[in-house]
Amino acid sequence: MPEPVPTSVRRAAWLRAGADYLGLIGALVLLILIFGLATRHFLSADTFRTIANQIPAMMLIATGMTLVLIVAEIDLSVGSVLGLCGAVTGVALTQWGWPLGAALTAALVTGALCGAFNGLVSVRWRLPSFIVTLGMLEMARGAAHALTQSQTQYIGPSIGGIAEAHVLGLSLPFLLALAVVVLAQAALSHSVFGRHMLAVGANEAAARLNGIDPRRIKATVFVLSGLLVALAAIVDTSRFQSANPNAGTGFELQAIAAAVIGGTSLMGGRGSVARTFLGVLIIAVLNSGLASVGARDEMKRLVTGAVIVAAVILDHYRHRLAQKERT
Amino acid sequence: MKAPRQSRQAALRGFVALGLAVALAGCKPQQPSGASAGAASKPRIALIMKSLANEFFLTMENGARAHQRAHADQYDLIANGIKDELDVSRQIDLVEQMIAQRVNAIVIAPADSRALVPVCKKAQAAGIIVVNIDNKFDDAVLAASGVKFPFVGPDNRKGARKVGEYLAKKLKPGDKVAIIEGAPNAFNAIQRKLGFEDAMRAAGVVIASSQSGYWETDKANQVVAALLTEHPDLKAVLCANDSMALGAVAALRAAGKLGQVLVVGYDNIAAVQQLLKEGRILATADQHADQLAVFGIEYALEMLKTGQPPADRETPVDLITAESLGRE
Repeated sequence: MPEPVPTSVRRAAWLRAGADYLGLIGALVLLILIFGLATRHFLSADTFRTIANQIPAMMLIATGMTLVLIVAEIDLSVGSVLGLCGAVTGVALTQWGWPLGAALTAALVTGALCGAFNGLVSVRWRLPSFIVTLGMLEMARGAAHALTQSQTQYIGPSIGGIAEAHVLGLSLPFLLALAVVVLAQAALSHSVFGRHMLAVGANEAAARLNGIDPRRIKATVFVLSGLLVALAAIVDTSRFQSANPNAGTGFELQAIAAAVIGGTSLMGGRGSVARTFLGVLIIAVLNSGLASVGARDEMKRLVTGAVIVAAVILDHYRHRLAQKERT
Repeated sequence: MKAPRQSRQAALRGFVALGLAVALAGCKPQQPSGASAGAASKPRIALIMKSLANEFFLTMENGARAHQRAHADQYDLIANGIKDELDVSRQIDLVEQMIAQRVNAIVIAPADSRALVPVCKKAQAAGIIVVNIDNKFDDAVLAASGVKFPFVGPDNRKGARKVGEYLAKKLKPGDKVAIIEGAPNAFNAIQRKLGFEDAMRAAGVVIASSQSGYWETDKANQVVAALLTEHPDLKAVLCANDSMALGAVAALRAAGKLGQVLVVGYDNIAAVQQLLKEGRILATADQHADQLAVFGIEYALEMLKTGQPPADRETPVDLITAESLGRE
């Protein structure tokens, strides 16, 4: 357990953390300014309301992904599991005639089970999660297509209420995702479980010698990721009032990109959910801004890729600087 | 993993059907009159599809299977698909397998309008009739390699123009609209975009923006949401398929602009029926997905019988609106 830390050191830590956020926030503001200048209406409340309405699913998925990356694992199945949880919701509501609560519960259980499978299989047989979740990516997508007969399920307004509910001008899913981000960040930096996650990710052998069971931690994190994906599926299904078996294709890479932009290490042991949220915002602003400009498609992909690489290079220098200060 | 399992099942079913056919032919030497030279067995037709994970192609395959069941005395069907639409090399492998199987005809929806030409040329050289459905082979590549395959399918440009013209009746010259395109490398996506443009230009409507939504609900939603802010006076969104129209409707709902901005789609999938009736989506186009492969198969059978030289054949595209649904 951490020893009492002198206030001056604590203040320095706060400053450093502030500097971490400032880099990302600066990048975000820069992007917003560029798009604001390049278009007529980008700098408006509408744009930000729109973005807030679009990103909850990715916020939830990227939060789970960050936790998985912190324990030095990876979850490639998030996009497919989102498709499957959406399919379960859609089919339960339209074909099995289940009430909304039961359908949503089924989606959450499905997500948790997929996560449990990922976690238990990779932990039990010490398999790389890369390959186990790659298998799940295929299985979940296949199951989504089998359930829906490959047909988009139209649900209608019965499920739309979740996405349309607003509190103080912000949509319910956005507030929910924000709460998840805050909770996960608090757990990560202030709870025993969070410390254990970081320890396992940084050095699994050392963590085990200190009496932490890495397998339990890892399995739990995969279940959490699955649950968050299921929540994301519910949010998106509600937004589109329909469930498409192909939903979520490629989300795993978006989530990893957001986490990495936010400075989470692919090697484990280092990461922040709050900064991942900023990563999600940067990608969302980029998408929205490029669409507002009406950029050509090839240009969109070039710019998005370049921003991701630039962010990672910046993070490399920030990290080196931070280490130098420490030594 | 549905797609591979399904194709395996399909192959299995194909083999079983083949075995049965051979057995039956053995028991019953007398073929129905009109059977041509190869008399001993029914012609075998291979149907090679794009992604069976796509509702559209699944409908196509199911239509073909139903047709085969109804005409089981006339031909055998070996249907195969690939896992996703980008898996071009797997589709080339499938064509080669079918050549090795010595099928009589190949009906193919190429995943790539250029890359599949050489292997289909090989099939033709092996004496197999090749009929091109859904996605037309690239004319320049066909000319360069000196082959011709009949194309049996809808005119996507004409279909999109029909949808666009119906929409144009509700617009005034000078009104602004946006086009949400399909995947930029797909032939039918380009044709639909051109068709939408034809109709809008004829009506004097301004196309404020034209961007790709990659056929996907989520991507189309992002683009439309941004466009609604950037062009507050947008009057309509023309989507190159119905999945993207669903994403556009969600963007309108979120922006509180349902009913103020018109949406049209393409394909007439089951999920948009309700939205058409409610007027959330103004119109879509039905290319009779369940019949597309059947048209190709019937054409192949015809060619096997008559040996006529290949010529293209256009299949119908119908405009679907709330009115036409009410009429049914």
